[in-house]
Amino acid sequence: MADVTRAQVEDFLFEEADMLDKWQLPEWLELFTEDAEYQVPCMDLPADATPDHSLFYIADDRFRLGERVKRLMKRTAHVEFPHSKTRHMVSNVRVKPREDRDIDVTAVFATYRTKDGITDLYFGSSNYRLMPADGTFKIRSKRCVLDTDALRPSGRISIVL
Amino acid sequence: MSPTAPANEPAILVDQSKNLFKVARRNFVDPEILAAEKQRIFEHSWLYLGHGSELAKPGDFLTRNVAGRGILFARDGKGEPRALLNTCPHRGMQVCRERKGSAKSFQCFYHGWIFGLDGKLRSQPDAESYNDDFKTLETSNMTPVARFESYRDFYFVSFDRNIVSLSDYLAGAKEYIDLICDQTDAGMNIVPGTQEYSIRANWKLLTENSVDGYHAATTHASYFDYLGKTTDMTLGDVAARPAGYGYDLGNGHAVIEYPAPWGRPVAQWISAWGEKGRAEIDAIYNNLVRRHGEERAKRISKLNRNMFIFPNLVINDIMAVTVRTYYPTAPDYMQISSWSLAPKGESEWLSKYRLHNFLEFLGPGGFATPDDAEALEHCQRGFANFQDVPWNDISKGMNSKRPIHRDELQMRVFWTQWNNQMFPAPASKKSSVAA
Repeated sequence: MADVTRAQVEDFLFEEADMLDKWQLPEWLELFTEDAEYQVPCMDLPADATPDHSLFYIADDRFRLGERVKRLMKRTAHVEFPHSKTRHMVSNVRVKPREDRDIDVTAVFATYRTKDGITDLYFGSSNYRLMPADGTFKIRSKRCVLDTDALRPSGRISIVL
Repeated sequence: MSPTAPANEPAILVDQSKNLFKVARRNFVDPEILAAEKQRIFEHSWLYLGHGSELAKPGDFLTRNVAGRGILFARDGKGEPRALLNTCPHRGMQVCRERKGSAKSFQCFYHGWIFGLDGKLRSQPDAESYNDDFKTLETSNMTPVARFESYRDFYFVSFDRNIVSLSDYLAGAKEYIDLICDQTDAGMNIVPGTQEYSIRANWKLLTENSVDGYHAATTHASYFDYLGKTTDMTLGDVAARPAGYGYDLGNGHAVIEYPAPWGRPVAQWISAWGEKGRAEIDAIYNNLVRRHGEERAKRISKLNRNMFIFPNLVINDIMAVTVRTYYPTAPDYMQISSWSLAPKGESEWLSKYRLHNFLEFLGPGGFATPDDAEALEHCQRGFANFQDVPWNDISKGMNSKRPIHRDELQMRVFWTQWNNQMFPAPASKKSSVAA
């Protein structure tokens, strides 16, 4: 654990962002562990809210995350067909050690989504739990907390943040 | 805007003999129509404010926008819910600027006036600069909303002092609210977490979409692909059940009630929930039978209901129960608020599965709602051609004695009411003599 540097984590997060922007979603899915979780809470919830008791926007286990990817690669995911253009920016990356072998990462994200002449911006903080593996990492959990008061004017989270 | 639609530009075109019902696309794009809607519909309806469960104890409050007005929804010291216009009687500032919380009183920070939970003025700095009886005047208090009533813990407001009672207004919708609330004898709860989103489309499109059975197979094809992985139920299993139909509930409200193969927390099991889940769902069902008899238990458990209450409250009892309101800020933009409604005291397991079930379909991050939004936004773009292609067609099922849930009776009910309120039939010659 002492060997993990911010640069290593940043490289990993930049690679993740690039996969998403290139719509390499099946490859992106491979970055996740079998017990992975991907969550986007509603903005009026306290920081410790869980999707078991509170309404989120997204609370995927690994199975549903896989289904999300499958769906997005289909023509019948109408909101993302044709694919929107995205640009994921990752910043303010900080690495925190844990008791176990995993590492906690906090970062700031700003993701632009353009479709049909409209560009929307999603921004906030992202919290990752990463598992070191084979000289790189796997994502055990990814939680994106949006900073706006409401999901407006975008009105959707059809892309992966 | 004239009180009647000009004869050469009707808002709707109905010909029962030809099974024809058309809606002018102008209704979705014209700012004058929107301005008239604000006056003729939103000012004369019962509008959903919130649920009693959102104010758990005396002193609890929340602020919410209803038809463009800031409303303060609070439970007073005696436990009575109140709906106050969130504006200081002094110089107008919004008294309560917090989203929600708990308080014994509200202070307007501008000049320090303090109001009780009932909106009554309690104190003001420099009170001696006012008449002795200033605090006794009604006009010194925060103004309550003109009308404020509830049904089964759903609280509504109206800005029309003379509107009929909420119960009369709800008409046949009460039966369906009852079916939803009778899922439990413990009362219903709004789950923490509000989905606040938007669609770049006219608000009336969402009323139509929310009770549209016809679009499911194609708009939500990818959702049904996914669903097939979580249940052994097939569309054939579901087709063996009573069919789905559309119903006119009176006063512009409508509902579709129909079987579907997704899991229902109350109470239709799917294999993805496992044997533990099956035991729990069976217990819930048996309890319903005990309380309501087999027939009603079956109806509550196995049928889904998508209902709207005119003009803009949707309550969908499907793979979870969602309550949704939406207001236009422009002809092509609406702001939506959406909640999960659940029985109080649900088990850990069921609470979790209900929410997971909700998210897979409903809400802006689910596998269905974003595709609905995409459809509506592209309808709105299509309406730019309204001068050349002026009409929508909602005549599906007019040729049927009993329109099914994939027909468009629900939309016809909405538009008939809309048209009656927007463009009331002219008074008869007799009664207009005095003018």
